[in-house]
Amino acid sequence: MNNRPSDFRVSRQTWHFPNDVRILSTATAVGPKEGEGPLGALFDKVYDDMYAGQDSWENAERQLLEDAVNLALKKANVTGQEIDVFFAGDLLNQNITTNFTAEKVSIPLMGMYGACSTSMLTLANAAAQVNSGYANKALAACSSHNATAERQYRYPTEYGGQKPPSAQWTVTGAGAAVVGTGGSGPRITYATIGKVVDMGIKDPFDMGSAMAPAAASTLQAHFSDTGRSPNDYDLIVTGDLAAVGFPILKDLMKTDGYDMDRVYNDCGLMVYSADQDVFAGGSGCASSAVVTYSYLVDQVKRGQLKKVLVCATGALLSPVSYQQGNSIPCIAHAVAIEGGGS
Amino acid sequence: MEYVIAFVVGGLICVIGQLLLDVGKLTPAHVMSTLVVAGVALDFIGVYDKLIDFAGAGVTVPITSFGHSLYHGAISEAEQHGLIGIVTGIFEVTSAGISAAIAFGFLASLVFKPKG
Repeated sequence: MNNRPSDFRVSRQTWHFPNDVRILSTATAVGPKEGEGPLGALFDKVYDDMYAGQDSWENAERQLLEDAVNLALKKANVTGQEIDVFFAGDLLNQNITTNFTAEKVSIPLMGMYGACSTSMLTLANAAAQVNSGYANKALAACSSHNATAERQYRYPTEYGGQKPPSAQWTVTGAGAAVVGTGGSGPRITYATIGKVVDMGIKDPFDMGSAMAPAAASTLQAHFSDTGRSPNDYDLIVTGDLAAVGFPILKDLMKTDGYDMDRVYNDCGLMVYSADQDVFAGGSGCASSAVVTYSYLVDQVKRGQLKKVLVCATGALLSPVSYQQGNSIPCIAHAVAIEGGGS
Repeated sequence: MEYVIAFVVGGLICVIGQLLLDVGKLTPAHVMSTLVVAGVALDFIGVYDKLIDFAGAGVTVPITSFGHSLYHGAISEAEQHGLIGIVTGIFEVTSAGISAAIAFGFLASLVFKPKG
């Protein structure tokens, strides 16, 4: 820890982690639809029904988060006692999945809410605490569940409300990462914290359009702060812009002089295949979490990808806010994950 | 021929509902209420009964017919019992439908578990 704090702050939005901050382990637990998707074989635990052996969907989501956390600890060969701080969040009122899970693992908790951007919000904060020395090891995790999210944000599934093709399918799953120093795991080098962007979109069934400008704002800040360009990365993913938001982001970036074509993909498009009836694609905290903590980290560990930027996108609406006619404020947080060297 | 008319007229009511959802951006609950009130209004101006003669099940099956039943119930009771009949009438004519919805909903919830 020889670096001075001034080495950490790149700008108001971007943090640098020069102290060998690494992902020591990651784990994912998902539901049946995600298990049948193209990344199915990479997930650590796949449940074959939405209840995950529990009697309610809320309990099922807790089970997924607990599984992801416990598996990540096991893979890093550490116990909860060795983790100094737990950054986690979910999509339910009062972060209830997180709070119940944190009670079981008994790690000091900092609950966070960033809607679907929570995956990178928690990872960025875990990296910052480890980098600055406030924590030796930190745990970052988040979860979402299709049926609990439907009940939370839209209508209970039993209601049978119609959805337009621009709607998205909330990913049922949870992802967790143990962050520490040393070893040979993927390094976390930069994080860019997003500003809230609201372009006046009011349709909760078209969150891709609403979130794309927030993702563009964060990515532009990241490139300008770090002096990097899209082509410095082997892959840049957004969290859950899906089929509607994906081309909008590419256009927004192109207008600003950043050509993303060669390196850009979206977790909401990667987690399901086109024939899975998921409307425009996946969404939810778990969309970016389960893709990042399985496929992306695997690829970085194997050296197939050297530099990856994950920009998790979140729509910060509440059912009350949109029912009262408010537009949807959005946010995006980006974390750079890089391979190589011990 | 009467099947075709019922199909087309019932379908048109559904098209209106779909447009309210997709173009009007109304919530499903708002669409349902709007169609019920539209049924009441159409009955008030004397159109709904003529529509039933013309299209049969095409207009008795969609939710607009619930508005039609409410209006009929209220008017017929009002003729016998005055103002208070408006209140009791809307329950009298429609109670069979509402009771059936509750009863069948309860039975279905005993047998089925939502899958997601």
